[in-house]
Amino acid sequence: MHKLQGIAVSPGIAIGEALVMDRERFRIPRRMVARDAITHELERLLRGLEATAEEIQKNRDTIARELGPQYGAIFSAHLQMVHDEQLRNEISDLIREHQFSPEYAVSQVLRRYAKVFQALESAQLAERSHDIFDIEKRILRNLLGHRREELSQLTSPVLVLAHNLTPSETANLNRDFVRGFVTEIGGPGSHTAIVAQGLEIPAVVGTGKFLGDVSGGDMVIVDGEHGVVILQPDDATLALYQREVEAKRTYAARLQTLRDLPAETADGVAIELLGNIEFPHEVTQCLERGSDGVGLYRTEFLYLDPSREPTEDVHYQAYAHVLREMAPRPVTIRTLDVGADKITHAPSPEDERNPFLGLRSIRLSLRNTDLFRTQLRAILRASVLGNARIMFPLISTITELRQAKMVLADVMEDLEEGKIPFNRDVEVGMMVEVPAAVTMIDHFVREVDFISIGTNDLIQYTLAVDRSNKDVAPLYNPSDPAVLRLIAQAMRACNEASVSASLCGQMSSDPLFTAWLLGVGLRQLSVVPSAIPEIKRVCRRLELPYCEQVARHVETLDSAREVKKYLLKEQRQSPHADQF
Amino acid sequence: MELMVDSAASRTVVIINPEGLHARPADLFVQAAKRYDAKIEIIKDNERVDGKSILSIMTLAAVEGTELKLEANGHDAEAALEELVALVSRGFTEL
Repeated sequence: MHKLQGIAVSPGIAIGEALVMDRERFRIPRRMVARDAITHELERLLRGLEATAEEIQKNRDTIARELGPQYGAIFSAHLQMVHDEQLRNEISDLIREHQFSPEYAVSQVLRRYAKVFQALESAQLAERSHDIFDIEKRILRNLLGHRREELSQLTSPVLVLAHNLTPSETANLNRDFVRGFVTEIGGPGSHTAIVAQGLEIPAVVGTGKFLGDVSGGDMVIVDGEHGVVILQPDDATLALYQREVEAKRTYAARLQTLRDLPAETADGVAIELLGNIEFPHEVTQCLERGSDGVGLYRTEFLYLDPSREPTEDVHYQAYAHVLREMAPRPVTIRTLDVGADKITHAPSPEDERNPFLGLRSIRLSLRNTDLFRTQLRAILRASVLGNARIMFPLISTITELRQAKMVLADVMEDLEEGKIPFNRDVEVGMMVEVPAAVTMIDHFVREVDFISIGTNDLIQYTLAVDRSNKDVAPLYNPSDPAVLRLIAQAMRACNEASVSASLCGQMSSDPLFTAWLLGVGLRQLSVVPSAIPEIKRVCRRLELPYCEQVARHVETLDSAREVKKYLLKEQRQSPHADQF
Repeated sequence: MELMVDSAASRTVVIINPEGLHARPADLFVQAAKRYDAKIEIIKDNERVDGKSILSIMTLAAVEGTELKLEANGHDAEAALEELVALVSRGFTEL
């Protein structure tokens, strides 16, 4: 049993078989073979090893011929390893005695060696683990041949373990079979986190290196509540988690009974609970949870196919689906919100040393107005199908907001000229996620129909911390009083100006903050769809005067630690903490 | 008729090459060892590994200055040890 600590980015607990993805995207198939297939599998192993040896020999000869014999020496050592009798015996034993598949057996044995080398004090010998991984990869490639399975062709449930997952990889996943994610790197805002939340499966990121300790088919537990990953759990641990999974299932079933009850406080103040979505199919989850609309529809996925820029029609189809399904509920569509590095269709910036401070989001849209206009046209065309709202991200100056609105007005004019129907009164709003926007909020609220506070970026920009950087990630803290004061300040301005405001960062999905959020005046919370029932339950237990008292007390606290301690205490002492 | 006699022999050597007994030297050692029929084992402190298994040798982590005992069992044990000791002693350089 081996326990890893990472960052919990999507709640839930999953127990299942590991699918290990290394940089070559291997899937190591199920680990057992039939007893009567053992002889055949042993022969397959031998053939795989021979093919690998031939390949290495060829490499060695080429390199030696081109660069000189001393450069071929490392391949000679690799060849010696593939021929190692002891290694072969260990692998064959696993196949014979444990009915392991050759792939799994190779992976198990070689990774054991790699681990031994990594533990050695001599740095030079420790480096040898790379040789072992290299050989493992070669052997697996030869064993698997054309049978290499891609993520889209999964046939049984798995937990995906990877160094990192790219958007295109996660997009290709067969969602029916992926039950959880673990990645070595990444933070709370990583793509893996967003996709996992969308799929409502647990995910843990930023565990640090561990893929060397695990083979495909190993039993794994992903605890998305505590950021814990357990490799090859013992029976007692497994039983413990199985009970936990069962308890969660029961709780979720009880929460579902709240579905058709209104989201309102115990003293009758109506709260709107909206869903954050990334993919159009997530509207189903919103509707099942009884959401009051979509508070944040991220549109970045439309841009992730590197082969082509999304056409207006691609945009339109996605928006039309979401708007139709949600109508008459509001759907807030956020325009493109990524860095220039993430999309291939935009000219790449020349000097992007600080991507989070660079050419991204609304800045990118304003710089590439063709891209921007295409998206706005599609949103406007779809606006007749439901209740669409347009939201500009990362606004930091009033000029940016005005420029964005000018482009929008221009697109509207075009549509009018072309006699294409759209909703002229579509609401236009902005994300408040840059401290500058909060400072100037009294001016902004005069020029927008609504705002949405994006806490993920607001925290990052306020505290000057990159949440995906492990060394400083602990500074990224939603409980930080500086962040809370900015949110409270924004809310005061909105309420004075009667501009509708919602909050759509991860903070809104965390029941710890619900009382405080209502206390500072929020009446719309946009949360991951899976969190809607729980946040509704919490809202229905709270009374507004109490929430306001919590907000007043938090105002007096001076550190994230104090705030968190206080909110936890209040949460525990709440008389109805666990009731429905 | 010449009688084939199994003989056992052992010698002690010290690793002198700065990079220790890592992949390339271990490969040369195994290549040499495999030219003989004798069973060859390397002993470091309490660990004993097969002298014809490169991976096992590497797990010994024999760095520069490590003292190793070589044991050979078989009709060509003496000759095997002679070549292997020479190989280690000259720091695995080519002759």
